[in-house]
Amino acid sequence: MSIDKTSANVDKTTDDPKGAPVVNPEAAAAAVTAVDPRLLVREQGLLGYWSEFKRKMKAGELGSLPVIVGLAVICVIFQMLNSNFLSAQNINDITVTMVGTGMISVGIVFVLLLGEIDLSVGSVSGAASALMAVLAVNQGWPEWAAILLAVGAGVAIGALHGFFFAVLGAPAFAVTLAGLLFWLGFMLKVLGEDGTINLDGDGLVAKLTTYYFSDIAAAYGLAVVAVAVFFLTSFLGNKRREAAGVPSRPLSDTVLRTVLLAVISFAAAYMYNQYKGLPLATVVFLAFLVGTDFVLRRTAYGRKIFALGGSVEASRRAGINVTAVRISVFAVSGGFAAIGGLFLASKIASANQSAGTGDLLMNAIAAAVIGGTSLFGGRGRTWNALLGVLVIVSIQYGLQLQSIAEPVKYMITAAVLLTTVVIDSITRKTQKTAGRA
Amino acid sequence: MVHVSATPVLALRGVSKRFGAVQALTDVELEVHAGEVVALVGDNGAGKSTLVKTIAGVHPIDEGVIEWDGKPVSISRPHDAQALGIATVYQDLALCDNIDVVGNLFLGRELKKWGVLDEVEMERRSRELLTTLSIRIPSVRIPIASLSGGQRQTVAIARSMLGDPKLVILDEPTAALGVEQTAQVLDLVERLRERGHAVILISHNMADVKAVADKVAVLRLGRNNGVFEVKTTSQEEIISAITGATDNAVTRRAARTNGEVSQ
Repeated sequence: MSIDKTSANVDKTTDDPKGAPVVNPEAAAAAVTAVDPRLLVREQGLLGYWSEFKRKMKAGELGSLPVIVGLAVICVIFQMLNSNFLSAQNINDITVTMVGTGMISVGIVFVLLLGEIDLSVGSVSGAASALMAVLAVNQGWPEWAAILLAVGAGVAIGALHGFFFAVLGAPAFAVTLAGLLFWLGFMLKVLGEDGTINLDGDGLVAKLTTYYFSDIAAAYGLAVVAVAVFFLTSFLGNKRREAAGVPSRPLSDTVLRTVLLAVISFAAAYMYNQYKGLPLATVVFLAFLVGTDFVLRRTAYGRKIFALGGSVEASRRAGINVTAVRISVFAVSGGFAAIGGLFLASKIASANQSAGTGDLLMNAIAAAVIGGTSLFGGRGRTWNALLGVLVIVSIQYGLQLQSIAEPVKYMITAAVLLTTVVIDSITRKTQKTAGRA
Repeated sequence: MVHVSATPVLALRGVSKRFGAVQALTDVELEVHAGEVVALVGDNGAGKSTLVKTIAGVHPIDEGVIEWDGKPVSISRPHDAQALGIATVYQDLALCDNIDVVGNLFLGRELKKWGVLDEVEMERRSRELLTTLSIRIPSVRIPIASLSGGQRQTVAIARSMLGDPKLVILDEPTAALGVEQTAQVLDLVERLRERGHAVILISHNMADVKAVADKVAVLRLGRNNGVFEVKTTSQEEIISAITGATDNAVTRRAARTNGEVSQ
């Protein structure tokens, strides 16, 4: 959405001898006239990035910067307090533990994009895990069938909330608050007298968080694939843009981004291989993040969600079925709550009465917001859930290493959340004055 | 004079619309032919915007018939109107601030390739469209929130042209525009007429109406108050129809208003 993407490739096509030949001179000529002299164009080269960066900071386009800085600060502080914090094992534990909350948070991002809230996700995740455990353990269903039914139930529950909100017009806040209570009761009822159902330690659900691809090649292979796919899609996309005569990113830009991704991916792969290998949970989480990001930013359905977050009236007039999109988004949220619930149950190898309660709901919402998803709708990405949940779980693990008690943990997480919400609000104000709300 | 077909593209017969205790429209008649610009005028609250919204499917009508190419049709959703070939540019623009110009132009009718948004083609067509309409926008990839009011108006009008509609409804298109942009919009309206589109133009600005409209339909308190040929009607006659000079209760007030206007 930022201006740098449309930077002056127009003159680049003319003075760069290696640039793609101008296929359609008329289109290129039109492009020249279309560039407004008042438009800020990023200068080429590293200096260009720096001045662009300064301008964005002034305009309040912080993006994910606060959370990345925050993550770095957290790492430095806890590493100084305890040298085990950045050990391969600890990081590995963090990235596996965060998946349950992270999945729920992905669903929350969808709802927040509409400018709404879903308070029921904690209870729905607990209800889904209880349902799965009862079916798989007590009723003797095959685990895959129990998993499918639990996720399906999550989707149906979410759709039901969506129905009350979208069709009957009840505030989403109130509907999902009712859902929070109802599905908590439902879970306790399903679990029955015992209250705890232990899962098969070698079963499919348990494997979700205990299985590791111990072969060194797995982690590195995934890193190679990720970097290659990223580079190829960016590169081919840019070629297509050039061919169509619309502004494209310079090659140096693509290369820089690819290198950055490569450094992060290979560092992560190296770290995983220091311990047990690549965790299955992380792979599944990444797959869902890539998938949902694609849906949100590259499909008409995702565009509709953003449109609803921008202006409901405009969306309605554009012929978007507002009711259907709203119901579907709550269904997505319910589905991800169920998936998250399965990962959380897998981590403790049981479904029990405390599942989905406590600070889970707050952490899932906080993760989405901390990651940079706006509470006001229309701005955010599912990758925000990853960054946010990393921050929250890192704090939890760091405090645990220091043996700091639960009360302090709550207060610190609350302070982080409040800070982020304040940043979000201030950002929005600054962006309004800079015309980029 | 542009040739006008015999069957109107759009005809309203006895259309009524209520909102709770308010009778917003009563027995309204309106005809628009291909290649014709009909100006819809009336005071604030006369029912212009409501009428437009019934045609666009935002508020379905309570009574009466809407005819499209001579055949009665039912328009109960915005989608129905779009499918018929009615494009509407609202007074309050109806753009999404958080989405870029390309996204807004194609909102609700995105171009897809294997189910995936074809951003390149959409951007190329957006630039082409904006160029042919001589619309100047800093970049098609910045969010609408960064554009000025006039630029937003031009984007909204450009958006209505994308589907090659038969009927274009412009609700106060020049209200927020500067001198040059107003002229450009009026040029645009004339270009639409030349290409055989039917246009309904809502405006408070009599100069605009006289400049581009073929016919003027006057609404007053939700009812028809005359349809005039622009060529043969004076500005004063139109204004007295708008302000209700024919209505005895307000004659004196209307006369005074006329006096002020003609000074």
